Amino acid sequence: MKQPLELTGLISNLHTFFRSNLTPFWATVIEGALVLIAVLAAYAIIALALIYIERKITAFFQSRLGPNRLGKYGWIQSVADLIKILIKEIIHINKVDKVLFYAAPFFVIVSSVLTFGIIPFGQGLQAVDFNIGIVYILAVSSIGIIGVLLAGWSSNNKYSMIGAMRSGAQFISYELSAGFALMTVVVLSGTMQVSEIVESQRYAWNVFNGHIPAMIAFVIYLISGHAETNRGPFDLPEAEGELTAGYHTEYSGLQFGFFYLAEYLNMFIIAAIATTVFLGGWMPIQVQGWDGFNQVMWYIPSYVWFFAKTGVLIFFSLWVRWSFPRLRIDLLLNLEWKYLLPINLVNIIVMVVVVLLGWTLEDLFPIFRP
Amino acid sequence: MDVNKVKIKALPSDDFKDNETLQAYIDELNATGTNVVVGKLDQMINWGRANSLWPLAFATSCCGIEFMAAAAAHYDLARFGMEVVRNSPRQADLMVVAGTIVHKMGPLLRRVYDQMAEPKYVVAMGACAISGGPFVNSYHVINGADKIIPVDVYIPGCPPRPESLFYGLLQLQRKVKVEKFFGNKRIVRPYNPDTLINPKTGETVKVENEFNK
Amino acid sequence: MSNIQDIILNAVPEALIEEKQKLTVTVEPKQLHPLVKALYENKDLPFDYLISLIGMDWEDKLGVIYLFSSSKDMSQEIAVITATEDRENPLLYSITDMYEAAHLNEREVYAMLGIRFINNPDMRRFLLDGDWNGYPLCKDYDADPTLNPITIANKEITDLAPRIMEDENGNLVESVANIFDEDDYIINIGPQHPSTHGVMHFRTALNGEVVKKIDVNSGYIHRGIEKMCETMTYPQILHLTDRLDYLSAGMNRHALCMCIEKAAEIEVPMRAEYIRVIMDELNRISSHLLAWAAHCNDLGATTAFVYGVREREHVLDIFDKTCGGRLIINQNVVGGVMFDIYPDFQKDVKAFIPYMREKLVEYDDFFSHNPIALNRMVNVGNMSREDAITYAVTGPAGRGSGFSCDVRIHKPYSLYEKVEFKEVIRTEGDSYARYMNRLDEIEQSLHIIEQLIDDIPEGEILAKVKPIIRLPEGQYYQSVEAGKGEFAVFIESKGDKFPYRVKFRSPSLAAVSVMPLICKDELLTDFIGIGGSMDYVIPDIDR
Repeated sequence: MKQPLELTGLISNLHTFFRSNLTPFWATVIEGALVLIAVLAAYAIIALALIYIERKITAFFQSRLGPNRLGKYGWIQSVADLIKILIKEIIHINKVDKVLFYAAPFFVIVSSVLTFGIIPFGQGLQAVDFNIGIVYILAVSSIGIIGVLLAGWSSNNKYSMIGAMRSGAQFISYELSAGFALMTVVVLSGTMQVSEIVESQRYAWNVFNGHIPAMIAFVIYLISGHAETNRGPFDLPEAEGELTAGYHTEYSGLQFGFFYLAEYLNMFIIAAIATTVFLGGWMPIQVQGWDGFNQVMWYIPSYVWFFAKTGVLIFFSLWVRWSFPRLRIDLLLNLEWKYLLPINLVNIIVMVVVVLLGWTLEDLFPIFRP
Repeated sequence: MDVNKVKIKALPSDDFKDNETLQAYIDELNATGTNVVVGKLDQMINWGRANSLWPLAFATSCCGIEFMAAAAAHYDLARFGMEVVRNSPRQADLMVVAGTIVHKMGPLLRRVYDQMAEPKYVVAMGACAISGGPFVNSYHVINGADKIIPVDVYIPGCPPRPESLFYGLLQLQRKVKVEKFFGNKRIVRPYNPDTLINPKTGETVKVENEFNK
Repeated sequence: MSNIQDIILNAVPEALIEEKQKLTVTVEPKQLHPLVKALYENKDLPFDYLISLIGMDWEDKLGVIYLFSSSKDMSQEIAVITATEDRENPLLYSITDMYEAAHLNEREVYAMLGIRFINNPDMRRFLLDGDWNGYPLCKDYDADPTLNPITIANKEITDLAPRIMEDENGNLVESVANIFDEDDYIINIGPQHPSTHGVMHFRTALNGEVVKKIDVNSGYIHRGIEKMCETMTYPQILHLTDRLDYLSAGMNRHALCMCIEKAAEIEVPMRAEYIRVIMDELNRISSHLLAWAAHCNDLGATTAFVYGVREREHVLDIFDKTCGGRLIINQNVVGGVMFDIYPDFQKDVKAFIPYMREKLVEYDDFFSHNPIALNRMVNVGNMSREDAITYAVTGPAGRGSGFSCDVRIHKPYSLYEKVEFKEVIRTEGDSYARYMNRLDEIEQSLHIIEQLIDDIPEGEILAKVKPIIRLPEGQYYQSVEAGKGEFAVFIESKGDKFPYRVKFRSPSLAAVSVMPLICKDELLTDFIGIGGSMDYVIPDIDR
């Protein structure tokens, strides 16, 4: 099929070029460096875009205008924020635990960059792809909480401390749900490799393929993902009304910028993973046998599909965030331990049954088989 | 540099009052001339700083309500990129002193100011924060926030309307836009710390800061 | 009334009973406690509601005026006066064993006049720092600024409370007690905190995230308004009342105007009365809307906050067109109102009423039945009726606990006798009752405005008032229903053009003083939410 706007050609050309002109070692080094730069650049750009989008969408929900002074519709507002925060003073506080205090933002940002690397943005646009991808996602995304806990502990500030402890309880609880929800999909698709999960959803997205249990897992993943990113009704660790700024109260300048960026990026990452695992990732909408339709769909490049699906989920997440009041810590933990986790455990067994008995859409209707 | 070159979107500089003061500041800052490359960088940095002033509302009384009204739907502070209200002083760029400052609050105002990271700006909103306002004769009121901290922009009113607040914030943006990051030159702000007396020794406290070194 | 006089004379035969504007009883300090106890324990009409506790300096004597009322019949009021001649070490007896509301009030009297109260367990100064030189409300206060210089040196907060207790033998024992336990985990909520609705300072001991004990510390916006009033003419004072509880500025001012008008016997024109009441009710709507918005914001719903403020702007626009002010409306003056309504006033108000009704439905859809919101409010911050009365919590908060305390009904003033409206009472006593009360009161206010807006009579808006007002010698009280509860003005005049003493009863003070009780054993998160539901304004407390 014709895919004129895809980047796969460019990437493979670059690859052949380096391989043919350089020793394998240097080719690998240069390619690695290029990938690193590309990932970091994408990270920064997506974060800035998200900050702007969130501010605009928030304004829309609150019948305001939002930033509109810089550029048309204020679209370069985040650039101004970036410039300011880059040269803002970083305050050195005497009574903090220095090592931990300065290390904490890096844990948070590194965790989110590592997770960012495994997201398949489009056909062939994936920095890390290996056979235990889902486990990798769960592993590296949990590093972030260490940063939050360290930040709260080392700040020597009671508000930060309370925020960090809340965050710890919340993150560890919801990590279970998120993990189980992803495992449900692993049961369904029979692989942990992210690229294969995407490929397997060519004609039936996982959320439809696994029908009832997959939909339950999808909803649970969205809830727990939302909770893990400390946003929306789950923003207890930095509950502005109570803890001023929560665990990052004492951080200023770029260190605070790291937390701020990571917060937005984590929102993106959760939406991106949900897209990849449940909504077919970068796959265009395809119908078996409708070749003309499929051809048209393939003309739309895969990364557009990916960002469109992710964008819908992000909008949904913002919608929730600006509609609900904040949960209380006991309600939050109740929700996880009394409802989500038991449902999840049952759900995973249901999924196993569905897969074993051949009740998935692909098994029932051959038209959905790849 | 001419004051007319300091641009604020949709509001020509003739519409601003007190252009002479700003011109005097500009002349003072540019007395030694400007390097072209550094000048451009300065402009970029100032553009970023001026358009991303995240406020900390040091709201003590009525003016705080008008600040809230300014941030809400009808007036919308977000248009200027200033809706990111940071409650932690470490992360704020601009302190809006909205309301009366009394003796008991004085040390705390200073403390919050000291906790802010550079560059930091202060807006005194309302008559009380400027001079004590209607309470100027009271035994427990400090006659103006500038007895405690340096103030960049004074916004009169009791309380000022949100429009006045915006006008003051735009004036602050203009002030930020003429700063020089390289060479660390900033406008010296009016500040009278000589009234501060140490209660234990009875002596005047000399407040060391970057402005009176 | 004769019945009450019997009770008083039974308890304290030497009491001096006078029929002034209120029934006034003067007793010696020693006899105060038995008298108050008799009034408090009176079966038929227990005087269990302490409206106000006014510290006085009569130059030869230092004393206190207590103003009591009954929760059974709010129209019954009684003033009790006691005074001591000892200016060096003035001591009076505390009534905190009966009235919880007296705690902070007595501490305030100590800070302002230096009177210490025997048997009050906590005799730290309220409002002022512990090391403040002099007692500002004393007539011989030395206002020399060098005595109390401005400082930026941070002060250590001491949690040691001095007290004077009377032991069984009648000896006075001075002691010092620590407010908190030795190893309490104490966080400072305030004075500069996003959710304290101003500059309140709650020293909060936490047990995990559960609130163990709260110590209320105020005075970060104490501007000495009452002292300033003593050097100002009556019309000048009007401007200061607006800046107490700025959200109900118009109602506060109405109270002071009525107090002066009653004392000077000025007849207010009917048109002015109509304008006053309509403006009061609009003001109440704006106050409740902001309270609703801030409460939602405290619960974490930022969007609700923006919506509340959005609707409030419509009211402010009407104020703006009438008198040029938004928040602080300089409308009421002695003898009437300053500005007449503008030609389209009725049209604007009539357009606003259905709009607001529509929005009230939207609020209900959006927030009032939201499951998370319900979890955060229902059965949280329970305040029983008895607590509400003994802490003197009035307004929507008090009525949320079943305490019928609407001044507009029990002590009708202005036009409130003529209009028909319901007193909104709920008995649950939790945050949700207080929350719903506010929304329902907005509806009642709309109803009141509806009845008045069409028949505003023609005529004068301002009675003829002498340029310099002198009130005849005496003590004058007037209370109104402000946005947060019963707001009262007390003026003592010596026949001069300046008042001798002015005291404002702050409804917010009661709301704050009950916080340690209702927040105990709640989570820190709920403490903030309960604060939002109580809806206090700090400058009103600090004055």
